[in-house]
Amino acid sequence: MSEARPTDSRNAILGKLRAGRDAHPLTPPESDFTVLRDKRWAPSERLDRIKTMMEAVHTEFLETTEADWPTAVQDFLKAQGTRTLLYGTATEAGQRLAASWTEGGPELVPYDGPVETFKERLFDGIDAGITTTLGAIADTGSLIVWPTPEEPRLMSLVPHMHLALLRADQLYDTFWQAMTENRWADGMPTNALLISGPSKTADIEQTLAYGVHGPKRLVVVVIR
Amino acid sequence: MGETSVNFAKASTTALQDPQLRANFRRAMDGLMSKRAVQFADSKEWNAVRALGASVRLRALSKLPELLEKLEANCTRNGIQVHWASTTDEANAIVLSIMQRVNAKLVVKGKSMVSEEMHLNAFLEQHGIESLESDLGEYIVQLDEAMPSHIIMPAIHMNTKQIAHLFKQKIKEAEYTEDVAQLTDLARRVLRKKFATADVGISGVNMAVAETGTLCLVENEGNGRMSTTVPPVHIAVMGLEKVVEKLEDVPPVISLLTRSATAQPITTYVNMISSPRKEGEKDGPREIHLVILDNGRSSIYADEELRNTLRCIRCGACMNHCPVYTKVGGHAYEAPYPGPIGSILVPQMEGLAKRGELPHACTMCNACVEICPVKIPIVEIMGRLRAEAVHPGDSVKGAGSRASKAEAMVWKGWSMTYASPLAYRFATGLLAKLGNAAPTSLPLLKEWTNVRAKPRFASRTLHDLAREKGIPDV
Repeated sequence: MSEARPTDSRNAILGKLRAGRDAHPLTPPESDFTVLRDKRWAPSERLDRIKTMMEAVHTEFLETTEADWPTAVQDFLKAQGTRTLLYGTATEAGQRLAASWTEGGPELVPYDGPVETFKERLFDGIDAGITTTLGAIADTGSLIVWPTPEEPRLMSLVPHMHLALLRADQLYDTFWQAMTENRWADGMPTNALLISGPSKTADIEQTLAYGVHGPKRLVVVVIR
Repeated sequence: MGETSVNFAKASTTALQDPQLRANFRRAMDGLMSKRAVQFADSKEWNAVRALGASVRLRALSKLPELLEKLEANCTRNGIQVHWASTTDEANAIVLSIMQRVNAKLVVKGKSMVSEEMHLNAFLEQHGIESLESDLGEYIVQLDEAMPSHIIMPAIHMNTKQIAHLFKQKIKEAEYTEDVAQLTDLARRVLRKKFATADVGISGVNMAVAETGTLCLVENEGNGRMSTTVPPVHIAVMGLEKVVEKLEDVPPVISLLTRSATAQPITTYVNMISSPRKEGEKDGPREIHLVILDNGRSSIYADEELRNTLRCIRCGACMNHCPVYTKVGGHAYEAPYPGPIGSILVPQMEGLAKRGELPHACTMCNACVEICPVKIPIVEIMGRLRAEAVHPGDSVKGAGSRASKAEAMVWKGWSMTYASPLAYRFATGLLAKLGNAAPTSLPLLKEWTNVRAKPRFASRTLHDLAREKGIPDV
């Protein structure tokens, strides 16, 4: 393939679109976002709604407090028989988790190198991963997760169980509200996610099955 | 035109005679329709969010060339490499050249309808690259060496038993089971190994945001996230109409998309990708390529009415509600996009000479128009394409290719008869006398009587009876 061809295609496509549009300009109707702006829940109702919606798609909830959450997580995982927990060492949450971790709990595995050095273990030897969230959305029952160098993208995807820390005061009404209030458009991260349950499929005769490619279980750790 | 026409009538007749296929579709479509109705039970909200969604799509189309340039500029700034392809051959060549540069042997794919348009899997396999579908439905269809029969649920034409047999036959470690959880788990085990070792991940794009240079993908399984995060190279392919202007345009479109498609308030994952792996980040692809495909879309865009085809957000609701699609299934269309949207899109992409039958695969019942979340006037476009097919012109590829002298004569005669009272009286009188004697095998009449009873003509015309009652001729 010559180097010139892609540029030719670009100019041909844009030229044709411009000619088509200029011959028949289109005046779109106004975009009225009122329907999203008006979707509101009382602050006290948001978490209940999030729980109801996410539990409907098999999400589990663990209620705890700021002081107790590392212990609550450890107790929960012990009871589940979890052997390994992937965590980010450099986040405040990760440091607290490590500081309060006691003998007899699952092994804490840091995600501290590039995935290339770690892929085999990540895919074969990790039971659970724990990440923070940027809050949750009442409208759809969704967690907002922005992976970072400290909490890489695959932490919430590859381990069989994903634990997500949610602060009970970080709740939004709608996806639209979360992105406009926090001015996401000013700078999007490498990857931004909404996560609304464990991985699922209905591709075999419309029968719902959980844990097809991503986590089989999603556990939201609610911190009050 | 020299192109062979694809025979929908024949394929649909075969499909109609398959009771298993019909049962599979009926069951699935009934479920989807009733669940979708629950999601949009609040008609005030439906009307408002639908109007908003339509306005987002129309605004994007009104600035399409500028938004594509802005998307390109912002993606490039973010480190995403943008490529343009006029044809599917060019798009395939671009994908292949990236693969060859990184010496790729195995590709994992998230679901992408544009890649079906490109016949990308077959193309890559010709070049010695294994291209594996990872969406469970697409994986099933690929194992079966078939085509998707629905744009959202590719394997909807099969039931569990058929899939159980397929897995047993095609997957080495498979034990026969009809347990859906076990079948799903088997696919999980097989595909996880592939995600971990793939050289390249390919995905589609549900929406690309010009303002931020962000690619949005919605999915439930996590295979889309795997395909776009684990392999060192990610290639996204999109039709050029998939751009939206602003980030805030994404929430209403996603809400309409997921509720219309699978009756979910939202999919498990909304995956927004704005750049390859940055310095210090531990995972994610090191390269992202965005291939923007035209494949006839710029021609569709040039026509003021047909342009509305490009509003589509690929939710598939029009299929689920179509009395034709739900009876014959997706394969009868022999096209990447079946159902109502396919019947207007595919003829415009591939030409009316080859696909002129598809706009006739419609009863004009308007069900698709009523549920379309972005208000595409599908039935009007269907009518327009029927007309284009018999009138030579240059607004649609293959216009005039289905013109028939016999049909033109019949219509001319019809119009003359209706324009002249004398001719009308003569013709209706003749039918009253001799209509019932005409054999059903007469040319043209046969087309109707093949599948329907021949109408019985009354022995006296309505005009006659009216005159007898004293109603005068005008």
